[in-house]
Amino acid sequence: MTVQRLIRAAMAGAVLSFALAGCSSVDLEEQKAAPIVDAGGSSTAGAAATGPDPRAVAPVDAQSARGLDPFTDPNNPLSKKSVYFDFDSFVVKSEYQSVVEAHGKYLASTKNRRIAVEGHTDERGGREYNLALGQKRAEAVKQRLMLLGASDAQIEAVSFGKEKPSAVGSTEEAWAQNRRADIVYK
Amino acid sequence: MTEKTIDRPSAGRRTVCAALASLPAVSLAQLRVEITGVGSQQFPIAIAPFARSGQVPADIDAIIRADLARSGLFRVVEAGSQPIAENAPVALADWKARGADALTIGGASRLADGRFDIRFRLLDTVKQAQLDGLSYTSPASDLRLTAHRIADRIYEKLTGERGVFATRIAYIVQTSRTSWELHIADADGANPQAALRSREPIISPAWSPDGSRLAYVSFESGKPVVYVHAVMTGERRAVANFRGSNSAPAWSPDGRTLAVTLTREGNSQVFLMNADGGNARRLTTSGGIDTEPCFSPDGQSIYFTSDRGGGPQVYRMPATGGSAQRVTFNGDYNISPRLSPDGKLLAYVARRSGRFQVQVLELASGQETPVTDTSRDESPSFAPNGRMLLYATEVNGRGILASASIDGRVRTRLSGPNGDIREPTWGPFIK
Repeated sequence: MTVQRLIRAAMAGAVLSFALAGCSSVDLEEQKAAPIVDAGGSSTAGAAATGPDPRAVAPVDAQSARGLDPFTDPNNPLSKKSVYFDFDSFVVKSEYQSVVEAHGKYLASTKNRRIAVEGHTDERGGREYNLALGQKRAEAVKQRLMLLGASDAQIEAVSFGKEKPSAVGSTEEAWAQNRRADIVYK
Repeated sequence: MTEKTIDRPSAGRRTVCAALASLPAVSLAQLRVEITGVGSQQFPIAIAPFARSGQVPADIDAIIRADLARSGLFRVVEAGSQPIAENAPVALADWKARGADALTIGGASRLADGRFDIRFRLLDTVKQAQLDGLSYTSPASDLRLTAHRIADRIYEKLTGERGVFATRIAYIVQTSRTSWELHIADADGANPQAALRSREPIISPAWSPDGSRLAYVSFESGKPVVYVHAVMTGERRAVANFRGSNSAPAWSPDGRTLAVTLTREGNSQVFLMNADGGNARRLTTSGGIDTEPCFSPDGQSIYFTSDRGGGPQVYRMPATGGSAQRVTFNGDYNISPRLSPDGKLLAYVARRSGRFQVQVLELASGQETPVTDTSRDESPSFAPNGRMLLYATEVNGRGILASASIDGRVRTRLSGPNGDIREPTWGPFIK
C-alpha cells in the first residue's frame, strides 16, 4: 500500500468519525427541539447521497497529521523498528522479513535518510562480549537492509550490549524482549 | 600526611617501655608468611584496639584488621576490647599464648591544629622484637588512608611483598534506569567519589599504569565511544569515536598505547592506537568477534576474547601482530581475561553449567582454580601485588563488589554505594 493511499484512507476515516460525532451531538440537541427541515441538502446525510459536501470540514490535528507518518502508523511495516533474535543467534528470522524489507526499500528510495541499527542482548554473560554479540545482531540487520538497496553510508551498526534492556527481569520473556536490534532514524 | 619512623620508645617513656626497648632486632625472614598458593598457612596476628585521645573519626584498628583479613594471608586473632597504646607495656608471651605470632598496638590523638597523630608498633611475639614502628600526622579526611598505609606496612613487614590496601579501585554504579556513575573508591570500597555521571551507560573502566587517568566506554553520545579521563582534573576526551562501536580499552604497561575493540571495519576486532587517540591500526584479523584485549605485564603479548573457534575463549598473540594461540580449553565460554602482575596467572570468567564464575589459570601448568561460589561473576581484576582479585557479582539481584584471595579461600564483600554496582577495576600502586 502506498503512503498516499494510506493517507487517503486515514483522511476518509477521520471525516467519517467527525461526521458521526456531529450527528450524535445534533441528536441530543434535537430531542426537545422541533425537527429542522432539510433546506437544501446541507446535512451530511444529504452529502452522502449527492457526492462531496462543499461545506464539509476535515479536522486536522497538527500532531496526528504527522501521525500519518508511516513510521508511526501501526498498519505500516515501517512503524515496526525492532527485530528480535533467538538465544545466541544473529539470524534475522522470517517473521521480521516484512520489517526489514520495508526499511530497506524505504532507505533505498530515500537516500538522504540515515539510521542507526542498535544491537542488544539479554543480561547473561560479560558486558564487553555482549557488546560484540549485539554488534553482530546490528550488523546482520544492516546487511539485510543493504541487500534491499540501502547503502552502507546510510546505516551505522552500533551495539548497546546488555546495557539497555527493554524489559527488566531474569525471565525467558524478558530475555526474549531484550535480544533485539532497533532501527533508529536520525 | 607525614610519617616518621619510631625506632625506639622515647626517653620519657622508658619506664613503661623497658620491655620493648630491650627487645632485640631479628631477621624479618623468620616472620614472613610463607606464600605457597592453595593451602598456605594464614599468619596469626592480633591488632589491639588503638588508644584514642579526643574524637577520632575513623576506627583505625578495625580498618587494619579488615584489610589484613581480606588479603587471605592473615588470621586475625581476637584482641579483646582493651586499647593498648603504642607506648604501653605489653606481655608478648601472653599474646603468643593466645595464638598471635605478631601484635600491633597503637594510638590516635587529636592535635591542637585539628590534625591527628597516629602511631603504631608491630611486635613479634615469638622473638619478642619490634618489627616496625611509625607515626603519622594526618588530617581527618586521610585517617582511613593512614589506616590502610599502616596495614600495608604490616603486610609488607610480614610477607615481604607490597600491600595494596592504600590503592584505589574504580567501578560503575547504576542508580536508576537513567543514571550511571563512574566511581573511584579506596581498595576496601570506602570513600566512593563520582568521577563521571551520565544518563547513559558507562562500562569498562581501565586505569592508566600511573593511576592518573581512566579509560572507559561511555554511551553518552548514543553509541559506545572510548574516552580517556584525567582523574584529578576531570579533563576528558574521546579517543576512539569511529563509525560503529568503540569499546574495551586496555593500557599498555608503558601507558603509551591503548588496545581497543572497534567495529569500523565490520565485526568487532582489536586495534592498537596511541593513548591520545591517533594512529589506530588493526591488530586481530578474524571473521568473528575479537574483543577484551589485555596486555601482558611485559607488554609483549595481548590476551583477548575470541569466538573464532565457536564459543568465546581466551587467546594470546604478539602485541606486534601475528598468529593467535588459544589459552583456555575448559568449557565452552571463557571471557574477560586479566593477567596477574607477574604474568603467571590468568583470571577470567567461565560459564559452567549456566553459572558465570571467576577462574584463575596458572599458565605454566594449566591448573585452573575456581575463585568464587557465586554464579553471576563479572570483570575480574588483579590487585597490583597479584595476591587478590576484585570482581563484580550479584546478590539478591543487585550487583555488588567482592574481593578474593587468588586461591579463592578468602572472599569478602566490599562496601559500596546504593545501586547496582559493576565493572570494578583495581588501580595501580601509586608512588
